[in-house]
Amino acid sequence: MLKRVSLSSLDELYSDVPEDCKFKGEFDLPSAMSEQQLREYFERLAAKNPKSKVFVGQGAYDHYCPSVIPYLCSRSEFLTAYTPYQCEISQGTLRYIFEYQTMICNLTGLDVSNASLYDGATAAVEAVRMCVACTRKRNKVLLSDGLLPNVIETIATYAKWEGTELEIIPCEAGETSRTALLEALDGTVAGVLLPGTNRFGIVEDHSGLADAIHQAGALFVEYCDPSTLAVIKTPAEWGADIAVGDGQSLGIPLSYGGPYVGFMACRNEYMRKMPGRIVGQTQDAQGRRAFVLTLQAREQHIRREKATSNICSNQSLMALWITVYLSLMGPEGLEDVNNLSYQAAHGLKDALLKTGLFEDPYPGKPFIKEFVLKPLCDVQKLHAALDKAGIFAAWPDKEGNVSFCATENRSSEDIRALIDVVNSLK
Amino acid sequence: MKYYDKLIFELSKEGRSACTLPLPDRKLELPETLRRSSKAVLPQVSEADVVRHYTNLSQMNFGVDTGFYPLGSCTMKYNPKINEEVASLPGFRDVHPLQPGAKGYEQLYEEMDKALASITGMAHFTFLPCAGAHGELTGLMLMRSYHESRGDFKRKRIIVPDSAHGTNPASAALCGLEVVVVKSGENGLVDVESLKPLLGDDLAGIMLTNPNTLGLFERDIKAIAELVHSCGGLLYYDGANMNALMGVVRPGDMGFDILHLNLHKTFSTPHGGGGPGSGPVGVCNKLVSLLPTVRTSAFHGNAGVILKAYAYILMLGKENIAKLGKLACLNANYIKEELKDCYKLPIDTVCKHEFVFDGLEGANTLDVAKRLLDYGYHAPTIYFPLLFHQAIMIEPTETESKETLDDFIAVMRKIACEAKENPELLHSAPHNTPVSRPDETLAARQPVLKWQSQ
Repeated sequence: MLKRVSLSSLDELYSDVPEDCKFKGEFDLPSAMSEQQLREYFERLAAKNPKSKVFVGQGAYDHYCPSVIPYLCSRSEFLTAYTPYQCEISQGTLRYIFEYQTMICNLTGLDVSNASLYDGATAAVEAVRMCVACTRKRNKVLLSDGLLPNVIETIATYAKWEGTELEIIPCEAGETSRTALLEALDGTVAGVLLPGTNRFGIVEDHSGLADAIHQAGALFVEYCDPSTLAVIKTPAEWGADIAVGDGQSLGIPLSYGGPYVGFMACRNEYMRKMPGRIVGQTQDAQGRRAFVLTLQAREQHIRREKATSNICSNQSLMALWITVYLSLMGPEGLEDVNNLSYQAAHGLKDALLKTGLFEDPYPGKPFIKEFVLKPLCDVQKLHAALDKAGIFAAWPDKEGNVSFCATENRSSEDIRALIDVVNSLK
Repeated sequence: MKYYDKLIFELSKEGRSACTLPLPDRKLELPETLRRSSKAVLPQVSEADVVRHYTNLSQMNFGVDTGFYPLGSCTMKYNPKINEEVASLPGFRDVHPLQPGAKGYEQLYEEMDKALASITGMAHFTFLPCAGAHGELTGLMLMRSYHESRGDFKRKRIIVPDSAHGTNPASAALCGLEVVVVKSGENGLVDVESLKPLLGDDLAGIMLTNPNTLGLFERDIKAIAELVHSCGGLLYYDGANMNALMGVVRPGDMGFDILHLNLHKTFSTPHGGGGPGSGPVGVCNKLVSLLPTVRTSAFHGNAGVILKAYAYILMLGKENIAKLGKLACLNANYIKEELKDCYKLPIDTVCKHEFVFDGLEGANTLDVAKRLLDYGYHAPTIYFPLLFHQAIMIEPTETESKETLDDFIAVMRKIACEAKENPELLHSAPHNTPVSRPDETLAARQPVLKWQSQ
């Protein structure tokens, strides 16, 4: 091969590289491992991680993942394909994205979904940017303090450089303060970002807010947990213009935070301001149904610095993951996930209150699987005891409360074990 | 590949379900105002329906495991299977991102940081970015943070070559920077003379990929680095083309201050039909303290992808990493030399891991690409970079054998003959794929973006 390219050594392939750019040292890397050694190495590494029963949510939920999903998602035709640029040999990818878009629209009640974003936090960033792009000469976005702290932090990181002004709307009794929100809504506000289910686990009541937000000329974005949308009022029903969130709660393993998948849906009128890939239906030369990437005039490879976003690769395989999950679950199955989580979480909360070591800071507020309690015991001791028992629970928040979460993956034995630990502190 | 025309919704039958969860003893109670008014429309299908449906869909797809994938700038190398296996070990899969004491993951991030620092010549990395473009934006935020941390608030311009990936200017614009385009010279390289007038004390920096998107090494990189540094700017390295330099040249040694890597390209993690990727950002010493200030995703980035990339590095080891770039470049030069008599090669010189033809005499590049699909190949990247009207960008990677390259070369030559003898054959291609060319205009004019029951 070298002869064919008229060279006498591999080094000559770099004859155009100045000598002082070349690396002449030795790489500070381990020696090559065989497959056997590699497997052993990673098994040992994995064993160093805790194997706890997880009772924390905060944006990453331990829901059950049916065995079918990893089997299908590891099919190499899906796994080893690139972005579906050559549509004639990518109909598999394009079809499941179309199905994914349909499911996201049906869960949120909104008209259009894109093909996925990185995670919930970056989906929220894109929604903030869309609000500014869709309103004229407005540059301020209101964020509820009920949003997850890492979502707010991510939005703030981007907003600083994009020049977007942010204002945090405080919470009152476990929900975004209506009074504070209405007061902050003025002619400079481009959008309002509210949680469907907030960081306290409380399902917020957004009645009437859409009208107020729209009257002020702003867009209403809801950040939601898609699993709960099987039962709670949809962003569309609340009158939201855009819905975003993380698809992780739809059967994606915790995996230390990723890969997950950000989703976004919006009303038809904002379709052309959406970031990212979108798949559309059309027909081929023989009139057969076919699918393509469409509305690409919004995207970076066409518009360069004028694109709606810089996103290129997204989280396509994880979109397949939740598409398969939702197909397996169906409408009834997803409702049962919520029923079972509700049952586990309400059982847990009642039992924790019964220990006398906690108080309910937001009594009577509706929740599904996640809630916060005010600890009356020493939190450090609590964490130490839980850790010893192999339980990850009681995530502290900035109000001094601790958060718990229980899904259908937590059995009554798991819950009993947690309660036993708490009782041991008495 | 055979055509299969179902959508999962069309298999739905009322009351069918593949959910195996136990029935709840207690139903959720929520005030009526908080409840959804009607059930979500989701498929109602059996497990067998789901498995068959997605298996059928997968068979209309082409991946690296199916065949040769010479997609320029995308580095579609083989994805080792052991990496998938180790990354899905329960000890990694079931760890909550907020859980303290995840020692296995902490060690992974530490070792990966050290490995990438050694490979690239940077000091440290952040692993939050989930893709290349995400890395670019994170890197540019670090660039602006650096200037502002020194009380220098006027640096709002960034230089981007006309041959750059589309994400470069898009990322820069989102970061509040004004994009200034520097034109490539006749030789396809950044022209140092046209760069000089663009410098100034309002310059944040320059974004470069080296080798550039023509597969050519920017040989004046040291001079460029000196010019940009001397006016106070920083150099950003777009790691999309890092495969060319693996083991031979380190961006840090060329003078770059910030870079991102595409673990889903250079480090063999599968692209998944458009992600998940991972775009870790590395910086030189003077920017290290700024790394924690930039939170661009929710938790720790795509941990699962980082695991696979680290497995890839460990299996190569220090002995083999130096061979990667050389073999990738050899494969690209080999195809180029074998085909340059029938495809137009605008810049005839030693290329790196990829090169660009300016089409085929008498044929459209799109037709050539579509005809390749008939022969069982993925098409190269086409109509990019924008410098040539009929661009065909070929990147074979190092994981392909000479035999695979020879077969591909033979097919490219055959297509060149067909273009002369029977141009209609190309024009109406592909003929052997599940669908023929879809009507893209129809898709954009009358958008149908979700399934609706008839």
